[in-house]
Amino acid sequence: MSTNTARSAAVDVDAGQISHRDGTSVRLHDLSRHFGATRALDGLSIELAPGELVALLGPSGCGKTTALRIVAGFETATAGSVLIDGKDISSVPAARRDMGMVFQSYSLFPNMSALDNVGFGLRMRKLDASTRRAKAAALLEMVGLGPQARQYPHQLSGGQQQRVALARALVIEPRVLLLDEPLSALDAKVRLQLREQIRTLQQQLGTTTLFVTHDQEEALSIADRVGVMRQGKLEQIAAPDELYTEPATAFVAEFVGVMNRIPGELQGSGTVAVLGGAVPVKGDAAAALDGEKSVDVLVRPEGLKMELVEGGNGIVTTRTFLGSVTRVGVLLDGDVAVHVDKSSAEAASLAPGTSVSVTLPPEAVHVAPRRAPAS
Amino acid sequence: MAQVTGLTALATEEARPPRRSRTRKRESFPVWRWVILVLAGVYFLIPLIAAFRFAGISAFGSVISQPGFTSALGLSARLAVIATVITIALMLPTAVYVHLRLPKLRRLLEGITILPIVIPPVVLIVGVLQIAPGFLKSTPYLLALEYVVLAMPFAYRAIDAGLRALDLKTITEAASSLGAGWSTTLLRVILPNLSTALLSATVLTVALVLGEFTMASLDLYQTFPVWIYVNSQSSGQVSVAASLLALIVTWLVLMVITMIGTRRSRRTGGGSVTLFTAARQETRGD
Repeated sequence: MSTNTARSAAVDVDAGQISHRDGTSVRLHDLSRHFGATRALDGLSIELAPGELVALLGPSGCGKTTALRIVAGFETATAGSVLIDGKDISSVPAARRDMGMVFQSYSLFPNMSALDNVGFGLRMRKLDASTRRAKAAALLEMVGLGPQARQYPHQLSGGQQQRVALARALVIEPRVLLLDEPLSALDAKVRLQLREQIRTLQQQLGTTTLFVTHDQEEALSIADRVGVMRQGKLEQIAAPDELYTEPATAFVAEFVGVMNRIPGELQGSGTVAVLGGAVPVKGDAAAALDGEKSVDVLVRPEGLKMELVEGGNGIVTTRTFLGSVTRVGVLLDGDVAVHVDKSSAEAASLAPGTSVSVTLPPEAVHVAPRRAPAS
Repeated sequence: MAQVTGLTALATEEARPPRRSRTRKRESFPVWRWVILVLAGVYFLIPLIAAFRFAGISAFGSVISQPGFTSALGLSARLAVIATVITIALMLPTAVYVHLRLPKLRRLLEGITILPIVIPPVVLIVGVLQIAPGFLKSTPYLLALEYVVLAMPFAYRAIDAGLRALDLKTITEAASSLGAGWSTTLLRVILPNLSTALLSATVLTVALVLGEFTMASLDLYQTFPVWIYVNSQSSGQVSVAASLLALIVTWLVLMVITMIGTRRSRRTGGGSVTLFTAARQETRGD
């Protein structure tokens, strides 16, 4: 199915109906949006290179959707500007921004067939009927919905509707493609398929794309770079692997991927005492923590060392098989539960109840304010 | 032969599921519902049959030749058209605007639109007289304005229900992102998707105007219901025949509007035209 789609896409692109474009650069400059006392967006600056796909990731209410809607022209920034290819478009109305958008909720026009939905943007651009139909049909083929062209939205499944919406956004050859959580209403399997399809099409057409999501797996798997947002601010923007391995802040470290919290005590000279040893702390944590000495050390499951030791500092409680690795749940002294990743071969001998020793390698770690233990 | 039997068997197999569902439907439609249905039917039909017997067939023929019949029916029809057009022209943009820009005022608007039901007709007439333009005050078309007020609760609710079934904000923004201006969005996207709701509003307004008596008689204009009443004083049989005729004509008009609307909206999944249409767009599951 996906091979078919890719093949037909290639054919249509070759036929010159929908062309690859060089891409547009997008710059969000110091964007702020205030709703009364709430700051939905607080000085956000991001640059998208031509043809790049940037995902904005963050918990709900972090301002990611507001940012996207400002770029689309549906909301106005309190301060700051949006520049497309260096030109400020803040005063250009949404209808003239030339941006394709796919929404979270199904946004197809119920009174139009799939083909007419896709052709709508071309109609607005005053293309003649035959060109319109040809282009719309080509795009529907690209998203694998050629046979459904004559069907109405209520006759299509949720996944199909979002694919039509994607075709509708792309057929106008937009300067920028905006995706506002387009997959969140779909079930897991369809979500995965459509995610791959979006990425393939985006790369084929070279459209600069801003993708908003709260799903980290989605963001990390699809984007060239991921911007993690919190309370209207950008915490970090980086390539997915860098975000995971080199998180700039404790929030990013904890928001992206699975993270253990182990209690530790800050010492002078930028180290933290944890699990019977001392490791260096990343960044100027002591200042940020306001003099607080008791902290949580943040370590990924694969960042912990674990050995089978009689009378060690932990006891194995659970084992979750994840394929080549197994995630082992360990209860450490002092009622601290952590997860440790082990190769599945090694984990075979770690039955629940086994005594183990868990230690930290001497690498710099992130620390966060101590969180009260869950009761 | 064996082949034929096989085909018959196949046909029976295929026919079975619908038959089973029909049985289930019958089960979910218990006896007491039939009883209520029959009682209601009797309640409505007996007066009609009695009226028909009282009038006699010959009275129907003489209705049309009665003085004032054509002009009264014509006036009612014209008032129905004018009131419907004004009602929709006023209510549609208002409802769309409130849904899109002032969603917090929806409750308030709902409250305001219900007022004509609780305010006595005399008060409404006086109110309309106060604001109506002078040239209208001495013509029967003043009634159209009064009917607009009277139809407001029904028309607004029908349109409001249609708007609620639509994700108005998203489709408006989608149209806008594709390059459509405000008027194009209204004409090409919003209006076609509200056709069912607008038809409901039309049906309700037309039915209301064709049957309204109090305001017309207070204003001393001879609309069709008033004409029937006045005629009943001179010839009971003719006026009963006229009432039945009016009933049948109104019913036919409404049936035609409903059938056209339902056929159109079924194509796009909008469901059938009901008084307060709120048929949500259903999507096939993944």
